[in-house]
Amino acid sequence: MKQFSRNLAAAISLLVVTATGAAADGPNKGGTLVTVLGSNVRNLNSAVQSGIVTGYPGAQLFASPLRYDDSWTPQPYLAESWDVSDDGMMVTLNLVKGATFHDGQPITSSDVAFSVEVIKNNHPFKSMFAPVETVETPNKHTAILKLSKPHPALMLAMSGQLMSIIPEHIYGDVPINEVKTHPRNNENVVGSGPFKLVEFKNGEHVILERYDGFFMEGRPYLDKIVMRIITDPAARSIAYENGEVHMGAFESLPRIINRLKKVDGLNVTAEGYGGIGPLDWLAINTTKGPLADVRVRKAIAYAIDKNFIMKAIMQGTAEDSRTGIHPDSPFYSADVEAYDLDLDKANALLDEAGYPKNDDTRFSVTIDFGWPGVKPQVEYVKASLKKVGIDVVVRASADFPTWAKRMGTMDFDLSWDTVFNWGDPVIGVHRTYDSTNIAKGVWSNTQGYSNARVDEIMQMAAVENDPEKRKALYSEFQAIIADEVPVYHVNTLPYHTVYSDKIGNPPIGIWATSSPIDMVYLKD
Amino acid sequence: MKTLGLIFNRVIYAAILLAAVLVLNFTLMHLAPGDVADTISQSMGGADEELLIEIRKDYGLDQPYYVQLGTYIGKVLRFDLGHSFFFNEPVADLVLERVPATLLLVITAQFLAMIFGVIMGVYSARKPNGITSYFVTFFALFGYSAPVFWTGILLLIGFSLQIPLFPVAGMRDVTISGGFWVHAIDIIRHMVLPVITLASIFLALYSRLARATMIETLSTDYVRTARAKGLSETQVVYKHALRNSLSPVVTLAGLQFSAVVSGAVLVEAVFSWPGLGTLAFQSIIARDTPTILGILFFSALVVIVGNLLTDLALRFVDPRVGASK
Repeated sequence: MKQFSRNLAAAISLLVVTATGAAADGPNKGGTLVTVLGSNVRNLNSAVQSGIVTGYPGAQLFASPLRYDDSWTPQPYLAESWDVSDDGMMVTLNLVKGATFHDGQPITSSDVAFSVEVIKNNHPFKSMFAPVETVETPNKHTAILKLSKPHPALMLAMSGQLMSIIPEHIYGDVPINEVKTHPRNNENVVGSGPFKLVEFKNGEHVILERYDGFFMEGRPYLDKIVMRIITDPAARSIAYENGEVHMGAFESLPRIINRLKKVDGLNVTAEGYGGIGPLDWLAINTTKGPLADVRVRKAIAYAIDKNFIMKAIMQGTAEDSRTGIHPDSPFYSADVEAYDLDLDKANALLDEAGYPKNDDTRFSVTIDFGWPGVKPQVEYVKASLKKVGIDVVVRASADFPTWAKRMGTMDFDLSWDTVFNWGDPVIGVHRTYDSTNIAKGVWSNTQGYSNARVDEIMQMAAVENDPEKRKALYSEFQAIIADEVPVYHVNTLPYHTVYSDKIGNPPIGIWATSSPIDMVYLKD
Repeated sequence: MKTLGLIFNRVIYAAILLAAVLVLNFTLMHLAPGDVADTISQSMGGADEELLIEIRKDYGLDQPYYVQLGTYIGKVLRFDLGHSFFFNEPVADLVLERVPATLLLVITAQFLAMIFGVIMGVYSARKPNGITSYFVTFFALFGYSAPVFWTGILLLIGFSLQIPLFPVAGMRDVTISGGFWVHAIDIIRHMVLPVITLASIFLALYSRLARATMIETLSTDYVRTARAKGLSETQVVYKHALRNSLSPVVTLAGLQFSAVVSGAVLVEAVFSWPGLGTLAFQSIIARDTPTILGILFFSALVVIVGNLLTDLALRFVDPRVGASK
C-alpha cells in the first residue's frame, strides 16, 4: 500500500511537470511520422503474439493497464490507479472512466478479464499470468486479479506489449484458444490504444492514425504513423540518412550503428532496451563429456577474451553483461566473477579436470550458431579455445529451424545464442536455468543445467513482494550462475534506436517502441 | 491446327510438371529438420513446449508424412492452395497480391535489357574489333558479374543518398496523395533503381547473344546478296540481318522467364520491393510450406506460359519454326 501511494504521488507530480512543461513550450501536434519495421509482421494482435515486430504496432493499437518510465517505475495508463493487497494475493485495477475502444464501445473490466484469459491461452509467455486464478469484475471500472501466490512479476507483465486489452465484443466470437488465428487480428482491428489501424499490407507497411477518442486528454500528439517494412539493414540505414524515415528501433549491426552516429541530424541511442533485455551468450551443454565438469566450463570462460569481442566484433556498441539479467535491470548484479582473460588459469583448470594436452589438443567439441550475423563470435571462440588445447569444430545450420531443433533437443556442445529478458526475470530469465524446463524447445534450459539452490531461489524470488529481498535473492542467483557457467555471459545485443533531430520525446523508456508512442511529436 | 496441338501437348506436360514440382518440394521441405512451429516461436521470442505442440497440431504437422501430403494434394485439386502458417492468410491471396509487383519489375527489366542489349549487340557487331565494341563488352560483362545486391546498394548510395533523386525502398510513397498520374509517377520513381539493377544482369546476356548471332548473320550469303543489290547499309542491317538474328534472342527471353522468382529475390530484398521474391525468401526462412509451394506453383505456371508464348513468338519472328515438321 505504501509503495502504491508513493507511486501515485510520483505519478501525479510527473503529470504536473509534464502539464506545465507542455504549457511552456508545448509539443507540436499533428504530422505524419514515418518509421520502420525491420521484418514482416505475423500478427498485429499483441495479446496473442509476442516479439518486437508485433510489439511496435501492437502497443499503439492496444493499451495496457500500466506503463513504465525510464527508471523502472510503473505509471498509470489504462488503469488510473492500482492496489496490491498486503499479502500480495490480490491486485485491483481501477480503470480510467470513459475509455473507449476504436469502435466507440466502452472499455470495461470484463474486457480486462477476457484479455487475461486470451493471453493465458494464446501468448507464449505462460509465466506472466499463470498465478492469476480469476479476474473478478465487481463493477465496470474495477478488475480484481486473484492470485494463487504472490506474483511481483505481474507489474511488468501488465505494461508495454505484454498485456494488451482487446475487445471481448470483437474477439469473443471464437473459442478462447483460437483467438491467435482470428481474422480481425490483422484487418479491421478494433483496439484500445492511442492509434487505430488504417491499412496493413504485409511486406509493405502498417499505417496507423490518431484515435480521437483516446482516453488520455490531448494525446497522442501525432496524426499518423507510417511503419514501412524495410528488411535490408543497409537500405534502412540509407533511408534514415536521406530523411525518408524519421525513426526506427532495434538496429543491431555495429557497423551501421557507428556509421549512423556520425551523420548530422541523426541521433543514435542504446537507451530504452532494459525491459526487452536482449543478451548475447555462449551456451554450454552441461550434460556432455568434458563440459559436464564445471572446471572445464570455467576454463572456457577464462580462455575467451571478452574485450576482443566487445571492441573488435561489437565495435564498442555493446555493453558487458556478466549474468543472465540485463545490465539495465534493477536486479542486475555486476558483483560476480568477471572471467578476465587468463590463459594460465584456464590451462591449470583443464589439467586439474583431468584433460592433459596430447599433441597440443586436450579434447574436441563442436560449436553451433543459428544465424550468420554471429559467425565472427563463433570463429573467435574457436581460435581462443585452440590456445588452451580445446579443438573446436564449427557446425553451421542451414537456417533457424535447423539450429532451433539442435538446441531444443540438446544436440550440441557449445552454441552462440541470443535470449531476451522480457521485463521481469520470472518471464525471460528463469526459463534458461530452471531444472524443470530442460530441453523443451529453443530458449528453454537447453544447457541441461540443474542446481537445487538455483531452483529454490527462483521459486522464492517469484513470490517475494519486497523489492529489496527480491534483489538480494537475485544477487545470490547471479553469483551462482556466474560461478557454475552453464552459460558464459558475454554482452548485451546492441539494439539501438535511430531518430532524426525532428523527433521530440523519442521512445527511450524501458520498452523502447514496444510501448505507446503517444508522446512522440514532430518538431517544426 | 498445329498451334492448337502444341497448346494441348503443353497443357498435359504442364499438369505433370506441376504435380512433380509440388510433390518433390513438399518432400524436400518435410525432410529438412525443424518446422514452422520453431520459426513462429522465434518470431515470438520463445514459446514453451505445450504451445509448440499445439501449433503443430493446429497445422496438422503432427500427422505422418503421407497424410500431410495427401491432404495438401487434395486441397490443390480443389483449387485451394491452403492457408499460410506464418502469415495467417490464404496462400492464394498472399501470392496474387505480390504477383503484379514482381511482374512489373521483371517484365520492365527484361524488356529494357532486351531492347538495349540488342541495340548494343548490333552496334558492336558492325565493328566487332572497334573501341565501342570493347566498351560494350566490358560494360555488359561488368553488369553481369557484379553481385546484384552490391549493384543495388551502390546505386542506392549514389542516387538516393549522395544525389537524392530516387527513393530508397518500397514501391510507393503512402504519404503522398493525388490522382492516377501522381501515383503512376511515384511508382515509376520507385522502379528506376531496382529495374536498372535487375536489367544489368540480363543486359550482358542479350547484348552478347545479339552480337554473336549478328556477326554470324552478317557473313551469310543473303546479306552479301542484299549488299550486292545496292541496298543501303541501314536497310541491310536492320531489315534483313536483324530479323534473322532475333530468334535466339527471343528464345533466351523465354528462358529468362524462369528468372521471375530467382533473379528478382535479391533485388526485391535490397529495395524492399513488395513482390514474390521477398515473399519466397521469407517463407523459406520461416519454413512456411504452404506459401513456398504456392509460390513454386505460380512460378512453374509462369515458366510454362512463358515457354508457350516464346514458341508462339518464334513462329511469328521466324516462320520456318512452325513449317519444319
